[in-house]
Amino acid sequence: MSAMRKEDTLSWIPEAVEELLKKALVCELTVTGGKGQPVTHPLIPLWDGKRIYLTSSVLFSKKLEHIKRAPRVSVAITDPVACGGLRARCSIQGDARVVEDDPHETWTQVLPLWRAKEPAIDLFLGKRFALPLFFERSVIEVTPRRVYWWEDGNPAALPEVALPGEAA
Amino acid sequence: MNPEILARLSTYSHIVVAWIGDDGYPVQTPALFSVDGDRGEVRIARTGLPLPTDREVNIIASHIRPTPGYGYDERRYILLWGRLSAAGDEMLLRPQRAWGWDEAEVPFFEYAERSNPRARRYLDIMSRERGAPVKPRLSLLWTFLVATRLPFLTAAVVPILLGIAVAARDGYFNLGLALLTILGGAAVQIGLNTANDIFDALSGADEANVNPTQFSGGSRVIQRGLLSLRQMISLSAGAYVIGIGTGLYLVIQRGSLELLLIGLAGVLISFFYTAPPLRLVHRGLGEVAVALGFGPIMVLGAYVVQAERLSAEALIASVPVAILIALVLYVNEIPDRRGDASVGKRTLPVRMSAGAVTAGFLASALLAFAIIAVAAATGVIPRPALLALVALPLVFKVYAGIKECYGKPYELMAVMGKNVQLHLVVGALLFAGYMVSVLLTAAFDSPPGVLV
Repeated sequence: MSAMRKEDTLSWIPEAVEELLKKALVCELTVTGGKGQPVTHPLIPLWDGKRIYLTSSVLFSKKLEHIKRAPRVSVAITDPVACGGLRARCSIQGDARVVEDDPHETWTQVLPLWRAKEPAIDLFLGKRFALPLFFERSVIEVTPRRVYWWEDGNPAALPEVALPGEAA
Repeated sequence: MNPEILARLSTYSHIVVAWIGDDGYPVQTPALFSVDGDRGEVRIARTGLPLPTDREVNIIASHIRPTPGYGYDERRYILLWGRLSAAGDEMLLRPQRAWGWDEAEVPFFEYAERSNPRARRYLDIMSRERGAPVKPRLSLLWTFLVATRLPFLTAAVVPILLGIAVAARDGYFNLGLALLTILGGAAVQIGLNTANDIFDALSGADEANVNPTQFSGGSRVIQRGLLSLRQMISLSAGAYVIGIGTGLYLVIQRGSLELLLIGLAGVLISFFYTAPPLRLVHRGLGEVAVALGFGPIMVLGAYVVQAERLSAEALIASVPVAILIALVLYVNEIPDRRGDASVGKRTLPVRMSAGAVTAGFLASALLAFAIIAVAAATGVIPRPALLALVALPLVFKVYAGIKECYGKPYELMAVMGKNVQLHLVVGALLFAGYMVSVLLTAAFDSPPGVLV
């Protein structure tokens, strides 16, 4: 497999946004659909301090086709209930690539991050024989390029913006 | 726009509005909203990021419930597409298209099953990208276990052991031939299981069934791309070759015409269970076929291998087991009934009402126990076989479960498991009853008749 990239922490990501990425159990990934339209998918976001990782089963793989065609994506975290009560909200634009050298195994590199948010994944993994296609997966690796965030969570307010090269 | 969708949308706390920016990156903003169901509109409150009116937007409302130590549940979301128009401080969306999922209505397993064609399509895309086939994988052992439905071989093993036990009580026992009988019977059952999958794949019955469980809906190895149709045909043919070969060896060893006829009937019933032109299960005869195949044919066959003659007692002992294995199929067909009906597979649950199916289960199961009680009480089968009556409460548990979960395939799984257990426990207790009788007869020159 082409290993997922390992670089330094992206210091320009605001702390409040990092907290959201660490805690969020669900995010909304928007990609560009086949006819140029926005298409949004709820997914569990995984964060290693450098990149956002999302995984997609081949069962629900339309988004992977879309990303391969148009790799510019955006990831929003907006639900305080799914973020341990954090009020802040954000949307993160970035460049995505689909990592799927071995759809049977590659995604297991992010399994520790996944397990930390959804311990039940091990129960499902133990029954892989019953859900074989669910565990044929691709990883969507998103490198952040621009962050919008609403510190107090009020969407009516103008969001703050962070860009690479700026200190958080 | 379906007003029901907007009514559902109104139950969410907020939405995310997304559109494609001029630089090609999607732009997303959270937003508060209200729904005007009468006008079919979503009213979006002012947002810090200005919303566009010159391009299509997508809004999503999504919900989960965090469950510490597990992850989350109550997954549901709604997606809407359309163009926005300004209305004072607010923006209006008259949705043109919608999509969504609520796991309370479409369980995750069904959602995944419905997506099998998409998975196959994506694997094909990956294969084309790489110039080499990309297939889903399971270990060889798991693939074999799943494809053959090996854990369900109890259907064959129980009646064969019973036939051997009846013969042992009559003073006949040959371990080598007993093991070969089990091998042959198990191989024919594997042939049946895999042939069933092959013909259900060809007829579209398994593809049409989006509620498979571990007990019903076939092994799914073809639908999930784990094995090709050709590989399944090879597996099925291989199993039949082993089963038929073992049977012929036993026939030659025993020189028994009865055994030849019993084996032939077993193989034909097994093959034509789903194979044309008979397709017994499509005609509502699946239960009868299974009852005959896994009842009298297996019990009598195993008896004849040992004793080289037929036995009325073996035939009678086989009837309760035959009824209970037919009931395993009968209950397993309940969640499959819609998929089966769509391809003309007219099983009994397809033909009958829920009430009739449920009552039919209870009456048949009680009949099986009544036969055991009467046969044991009258000495037709040994009295220790009354042990099997201990399993009677399971009948009522399965009956109550069917009544409660008739329309809920995934909740019915536990009931189907109990029903399999009912067949296994009764078979094991009948076997145990025979063994007690054999041991008592061996231990005492003339044990009291009331005991054996």
